[in-house]
Amino acid sequence: MLKLRGKASVKNASNDQSKLLKITRNKHLPVALRPKHALLLSAHDFESHKASSPNGEDISSDFASILFLGSQKSFPETVPILPNSRDVFLLPEDFNYLAEGDILRLNPATGNIAAVFRKETPNNSILLTERCNHLCLMCSQPPKNIDDSWLLDEAFDLVRLMPTDTPNIGFTGGEPTTYGYRFIELIETTKRNLPRTSVDVLTNGRAFKDEQYAASLGRIKHPDLQLGIPLYSDDPVRHDFIVQSKGAFDETVHGILNLKRHGIRVEIRVVVHQQTLPRLVQTCEFIARNLLFVDHVALMGLEITGFTRANLDILWADPHDYRDTLSEAIEILRTYGMHCSVYNHQLCVVNADVRDVCRKSISDWKNEYLPECDKCTKRPECGGFFSTQILHRHSDYIKALTS
Amino acid sequence: MSRFQPITSFDQQSSGDSAQYDLLPLRFTALDDSRYVATNIAGEYLLMARDALHRFATGKLQARDPQYVELRSRHFLSDAHSKMGPDLLAIKVRSRHARLADWTGLHIFVLTLRCEHACPYCQVSRQSEDKAAFDMSREHANKAVALAFRSPNKSIKIEFQGGESFLNFDLMKHVVLSAEAVNARLTEPKNLAFVAATNLAVVTAEMLNFCAQHDITISTSLDGPVDLHNKNRPRPGGNSYQLAVQGIEKARLRLGRDKVSALMTTTQGSLSRVREIIDEYLALDFQGIFLRPLSPYGFAVKTKFYRAYNVKQWLQFYDEGLDYIIDLNKRGVPFREYYASTILAKILTSHDPGYVDLMSPAGIGIGAVVYNYDGSVYASDEARMLAEMGDTTFKLGTVEDSFEALFTNETLLQALDESFAYSSPMCHDCAFEPWCGSDPVFHWGQQQDMIGRKPESEFCVRNMHIFKGLIRRMEDDPFVRRLFTRWATSC
Repeated sequence: MLKLRGKASVKNASNDQSKLLKITRNKHLPVALRPKHALLLSAHDFESHKASSPNGEDISSDFASILFLGSQKSFPETVPILPNSRDVFLLPEDFNYLAEGDILRLNPATGNIAAVFRKETPNNSILLTERCNHLCLMCSQPPKNIDDSWLLDEAFDLVRLMPTDTPNIGFTGGEPTTYGYRFIELIETTKRNLPRTSVDVLTNGRAFKDEQYAASLGRIKHPDLQLGIPLYSDDPVRHDFIVQSKGAFDETVHGILNLKRHGIRVEIRVVVHQQTLPRLVQTCEFIARNLLFVDHVALMGLEITGFTRANLDILWADPHDYRDTLSEAIEILRTYGMHCSVYNHQLCVVNADVRDVCRKSISDWKNEYLPECDKCTKRPECGGFFSTQILHRHSDYIKALTS
Repeated sequence: MSRFQPITSFDQQSSGDSAQYDLLPLRFTALDDSRYVATNIAGEYLLMARDALHRFATGKLQARDPQYVELRSRHFLSDAHSKMGPDLLAIKVRSRHARLADWTGLHIFVLTLRCEHACPYCQVSRQSEDKAAFDMSREHANKAVALAFRSPNKSIKIEFQGGESFLNFDLMKHVVLSAEAVNARLTEPKNLAFVAATNLAVVTAEMLNFCAQHDITISTSLDGPVDLHNKNRPRPGGNSYQLAVQGIEKARLRLGRDKVSALMTTTQGSLSRVREIIDEYLALDFQGIFLRPLSPYGFAVKTKFYRAYNVKQWLQFYDEGLDYIIDLNKRGVPFREYYASTILAKILTSHDPGYVDLMSPAGIGIGAVVYNYDGSVYASDEARMLAEMGDTTFKLGTVEDSFEALFTNETLLQALDESFAYSSPMCHDCAFEPWCGSDPVFHWGQQQDMIGRKPESEFCVRNMHIFKGLIRRMEDDPFVRRLFTRWATSC
């Protein structure tokens, strides 16, 4: 698992607030661009520079920050010779993955760092808030009732910083629509700054029960926007129970109808666990009969983090044990001509008839495999595990497939 | 766990008493002694035991009743938990009737009434002689093409009928070329398709070339094994079967495998031979069969072929055939029955396949229209069959009339209005109404009544039996359920 957030020690710390900086390795970056960049240096970069400029010319002037990547022991000796640089972050080895073009959030005062955008990954997901009007039994990001609207402010800055050839970004929460019309503004800003970037939003969809709200999102005419909305059961009581909120089912269904009325792509997401399994097949029938016009349906495996760990005894179901139910559910969706996928399931624990809709759905930074997987001929096509599945719970039936 | 409430605390219905719920529009019909089929207004069904249905309908169902959740999720009832039912039902009903707004899509051109076959069951009353009297004229054809393009439907299908349509091949070519020319001049060209109904006996390589160049698909007749087919479909030389089979092969080679379809007609001689008939279709590489009874028109009535078997006998034939087809699928051979597929699409989806006999409002005029060889315009294929028997009730006018005059014909509007099954006596109360149609031409022909007295209607008996049979089969066997769902969704 990649560590996206952490702490570093900071030399020559300024009084700056938390700031977003783009990483560069280019020491010769024009001075005009340097205030927006953090220069990433390895111990090797530094040694070679010292050799070529014995006078100790400061290579780092005007950069907003210096990120020093190296083994811990190289720090004490080298750092003092950057006397004119401010905000020199001595990064732990966890951050060795950082590369040109990545965007970091740096806080010189606290030493907090977070990789908020990685140029080379297809899975850039931007957390907009930790507030939510649901309290899902299996929430991987347990909600907090705090004012974290700075995250939204930062998202506005972030979409302006990202390269315009970014293929995809995701906005997640918490519940992004907590911000009301400011969320709509964010989508509009994203469209203006990243017109060729596909955008996925994870929302419970309830806010769109207000047709004006759905219409305002539709009017943006974003060319490649999809809302991922959970619908956990065809039975409103069961859905409301799983999300721990009365009236959620009706508002979500109403929201989906309004979104489709206004031409917005919608993906329905169903997490498969003990509480959804009793009606998984009926839920898929309900979707096929009533919401045939949604653009995609995803049946998803549990990520063993957040509330899922606390509620594991009422949630965990071994995919091997429910494989026939999963096949039946997928067959219904497929027969009705719906685009559908299975996320977060390993190929060896599903029946052969659903393998072609299993996607590599787990973000690279938290995607791992078991030693058993090394022997598997299907490993290149398999999405593997969440790091938290490896750590806490995965199917008892993981077995290398041999063709 | 204290942050989380148990599922019971999300259920607003008290556990001991009758639940508080409102009935949404629903109907029910007995399936057998103990079970009822209940349907909602969008045609989704649920099987219920008699006593459960009684409790449900009288407001005494409890929320913990196992079917309560099903009834709510399929929009038979609405309670405090969900008010979205009516909205979702409305969307589904609108989808089912989406075709209505498209207006007439199928335009049938009877190019000639001449035919070199002499089938005793001919329902169109073919003629053998006199080219001048029974061929459509170019002038009439031109006017019919112009009328067809007046339909607002974005897809126009022109079907060539006979007699034997290829006996007037010159006119077929003329219609195809002029329709293509008209279409090319439109600012928004329509999806234009052609199909020719033919016995394939007189089709030449030149004709097939033309079909290939202009994407004309072929619909032919095949009644079963050689002896049965040739007995049903006599022609000089007694070789109808041989010519049909050769023609199918040639047409497939020239046009493509999926461009040739065949229809069978049941005669008394077919009744004991449904498996052989199906095997014939299998052997000829067809993907399915349409098991079709004779219709009470033309020679079929005059020669008493129509009365040679009754609806009960035909249904036995159909059931045996359907079960045989299901069995084939169980043995790994994909094959389907098309009439069942059409009905299953209505049962299991919100998409109406648009089969003219099973539409309500009826498909006459607004689903299909016929331009007859003599320039008269009829509301359906059956309507012109009736006309050959001397009853021109469903004549809308002639190709000389305006589009507006033809399609606001008083008889047509009256027939559509009166026969609308949702408001017809008995149909209104029938659970199967959302899947059924109102065939005003059939009922007029049989009973001189466009609505029809349903207890005496073979149309009603036949379809009721088939509806129940389809439900029973898929309720009893999950394999059949999956098979039927596949038929329904690819219809």
